[in-house]
Amino acid sequence: MTDASYTRPIPEPTLDSQPYWDALKEHRLVLQQCASCGTSRHYPRPVCAHCFSMETTWIEASGQGTVYSWTVAHHPFHPGFKGKTPYVLVTVELEEGVRMVSQLPEVDPDAIKIGMPVEVYFEDVTAELTLPMFRLRQ
Amino acid sequence: MNGLRDRVAITGIGETAYTRGSGKSIMSLQMEAALKAIADAGLSPKDIDGVIPYAGMGVVAEDFITNFGIEDLRYSATTPMGGASCVASLQTAAMAVATGVATHVLCVVGRNGYSGSRVGSRVAQMPQFKTIAEYEMPIGNIAPPQLYAHMARRHMELYGTTSEQFGHIAVTIRQHALLNDNAIMQTPMTLEEHQNSRLIASPLRLFDCCLESDGGTAVVVSSAERARDLQRPPVYLMGIAEGHPDSPSTITQRTDMTRLGTAKAAPQAFAMAGVTPTEIDVAEIYDCFTYIVLCQIEDLGFCDKGEGGAFVQGGRIALGGELPVNTHGGLLSQAHIVGMNHIVELVKQLRGTAGKAQVADAEIGLVTGYGDMGDGAVAIMRR
Repeated sequence: MTDASYTRPIPEPTLDSQPYWDALKEHRLVLQQCASCGTSRHYPRPVCAHCFSMETTWIEASGQGTVYSWTVAHHPFHPGFKGKTPYVLVTVELEEGVRMVSQLPEVDPDAIKIGMPVEVYFEDVTAELTLPMFRLRQ
Repeated sequence: MNGLRDRVAITGIGETAYTRGSGKSIMSLQMEAALKAIADAGLSPKDIDGVIPYAGMGVVAEDFITNFGIEDLRYSATTPMGGASCVASLQTAAMAVATGVATHVLCVVGRNGYSGSRVGSRVAQMPQFKTIAEYEMPIGNIAPPQLYAHMARRHMELYGTTSEQFGHIAVTIRQHALLNDNAIMQTPMTLEEHQNSRLIASPLRLFDCCLESDGGTAVVVSSAERARDLQRPPVYLMGIAEGHPDSPSTITQRTDMTRLGTAKAAPQAFAMAGVTPTEIDVAEIYDCFTYIVLCQIEDLGFCDKGEGGAFVQGGRIALGGELPVNTHGGLLSQAHIVGMNHIVELVKQLRGTAGKAQVADAEIGLVTGYGDMGDGAVAIMRR
């Protein structure tokens, strides 16, 4: 069932990425790990660029990371974000060595610094979709 | 490795009026620009035997066969690298001409970027953006200013680069646009106005962002041998390369977020040309955003990584400075014709026909393309 009042872009998972989105619904952040050489990778894709193995396992990330970069979005480039600006977009470097883009609400943009410790939390934006969000880690 | 050095030349250039509201179809804009470029070279449309249209704008090589009655088109290709496509198309055109596969290759682009669909809605449809579309757009990281702001912010944090330094780029390029009758922006910009312009995606302000505009632009690439018999003085290609960044589909995962594909292309292009950055008289640098100009200046080797902020100050990139940049007004103030307008401007500079923006005695120049989150292309030319 889709939520008609939700107007933001909705991901279209592929066979390669479905486990990632399914885990988010269970409030778990998972990453691919090469079953052959153990290298973690993100975003989900079929081949390990390190050893070219296509054997993959999914590991649960600690959800802890640091700020790698950020921006404050002032102009909404999508109708679903009208009235929601400004919001902080953050590039997070996870402990597992990969990065992801998320939002960092409830933080004063002027206080953000590279290396600031952050942790994941989960927002059920519709019955079908959960997004990973970040907050400061004490 | 000399590669393509001096084996081909740009023999014709053509531009439509650049506007906000062309009232013409994209097809018409491309045909008009192409006909002008072909006439500029002193050729007939039927002489064109290779066509490289900009990928994904709805006009394909077949349309040129149909409109021009080309009897034997022997080569067509596209180079889907976003804003790097046009300079990259010169490379594949040069390869086709140098190997004898084609004789005169038309590289062409035309768009209604202002009056047609806008960038925020366009990028979601592009296959190069599918990873962003799945993982970052749902979060709100949607349009290029937002995607690239992460790079700009990290550069500022690592190297102390400032918004005022971005402003020097915008103000200088606007000054150049004022010298160009075919530039959309015709009023001066002050550094204060830049600093007071509204934030789009911090640190990027409105005046850090390029225009959305309508227009068409084309060039003809021919062999150096043929070029000498055509009506314009040839502008020879000395060196050219394209470069793709690590993690090309997401900026997020890039090993070094402050380096573009340009950093890989530049050493190749300079080596092929047999020149160094100090020998460049004029540079037309893809300027979708001010930060992207600053970053490319570093990646091209005009200064070290982290020194771009200081480099762009003090008039160094203005006409009369050490390295005049975007003498036509660029995407920031002339028009966003995906950088084909940068190629045309470099050819004018090296022909000595750049009017009020002419760099005195310009002999060697450089043009770049940049797009799709980090692809870079670099061409070095001489008169």
